[in-house]
Amino acid sequence: MTKSLGLSGMRKGRAWALGGLLALAGIGNTIAEENPHDPYEGFNRSMFAVHEAIDKYAAKPVAQVYDNAVPLPVKAGVGNFFGNVGELWVGVNSALQGKFSDAGVDLGRLLINSTVGIFGLFDVASELGLERHDEDFGQTMAVWGAGSGGYLFWPVIGSRTVRDTLGWGVDIMGDPVGYVDSIPVRNSLRGLRIVDIRASLLPADKVVEEAALDKYAYIRDAYLQRRRNQIFDGRPPRLDD
Amino acid sequence: MLVQRVTEEVLEIIRNDREIQNGSTNKVIDLVDKKVLPHFNFQHMTALAMGKEWRKASPQQQQQLTAEFKTLLVRTYSNALTSYKNQKVVYKAFKMAPTETDVLVRTEVHQPGNKPVQLDYSLERLEGGWKVYDVVVAGISLVTNYRDQFGQEVRNGGIDGLIASIANKNKSLEANQKK
Repeated sequence: MTKSLGLSGMRKGRAWALGGLLALAGIGNTIAEENPHDPYEGFNRSMFAVHEAIDKYAAKPVAQVYDNAVPLPVKAGVGNFFGNVGELWVGVNSALQGKFSDAGVDLGRLLINSTVGIFGLFDVASELGLERHDEDFGQTMAVWGAGSGGYLFWPVIGSRTVRDTLGWGVDIMGDPVGYVDSIPVRNSLRGLRIVDIRASLLPADKVVEEAALDKYAYIRDAYLQRRRNQIFDGRPPRLDD
Repeated sequence: MLVQRVTEEVLEIIRNDREIQNGSTNKVIDLVDKKVLPHFNFQHMTALAMGKEWRKASPQQQQQLTAEFKTLLVRTYSNALTSYKNQKVVYKAFKMAPTETDVLVRTEVHQPGNKPVQLDYSLERLEGGWKVYDVVVAGISLVTNYRDQFGQEVRNGGIDGLIASIANKNKSLEANQKK
């Protein structure tokens, strides 16, 4: 009886000490992770490590081969092609944000580049002065007033806030490539697009690698700044220091 | 306008210099040193990157911070210039009242197959003429993007800890380059 009492007393004591430690750790955490933009930093940093490994051994080497092997006019054609494929969805989002003249430009671009620009391989519309816009459903939700939610880092797709993760899910539904019937063609298009995007980021790699004291934080803060800029269409109100 | 004159002058040199195109970092740093740096206010840039931590630093620490941060920025972004190939810079229309002392100059870098990249410069009028104090690429300020990282270093090791970690970064970049 006494023994068991003692044991339970000891257990209680231990549990209490453990609780105290956890509480301390909790306080430590809130002090260490003062960043209000990044409430899930622990999770994000582990996902970032996974992402870096995938990139190092798969995505980046493939993109480098592509970048070195393919001549510039072909790469430009591929980039233009996927830009054109996404044009309709850009237009839908312009319209959803109430920017109807932009939506008209987007539609015009799609028509001109799909015809005169030979299936979008040439960006004739830009030459004619029809500027390309940058819209997606995450931005649309932001314009509608949705808050960004916490910052998340996902392997492969990278930085997304909670809102932009949802937006990305909707963007996929608005992606014409998903509606291609032939599975091999659909998958090849998706693969080529990933390689094209990754290859276009190669020059930025070195800069980030060299510039960052903490690569994870550098990429996070760059993403948050860039999104803010996109939501305000390149003219964000100035933040006071 | 200053930004346009300097940009075109520098790009012209890069276009005609094989060594730079082949990635000669030292040569491009030389070029940036001579042509670009006189138009930058690094003290202001460092203060902007530090945010509220700047005032916690003594004048001597501020000087050290500015020197190290300058080295880091110059090295990393000069390297970015060596990959300049087929880009074209477009200058946005720009109006300014003669009394203004702080302006934003907007440019766009066009490259085949990619969306144009927005490249903006913040300039302030000082006694020695207009100086750049912020460079913003695609909405990302190359200066304030350091603020959280700097804050983190200051929390961990104080202002001197931050100076040491930027200095270490610079040393390791220099060592890598010599290889």
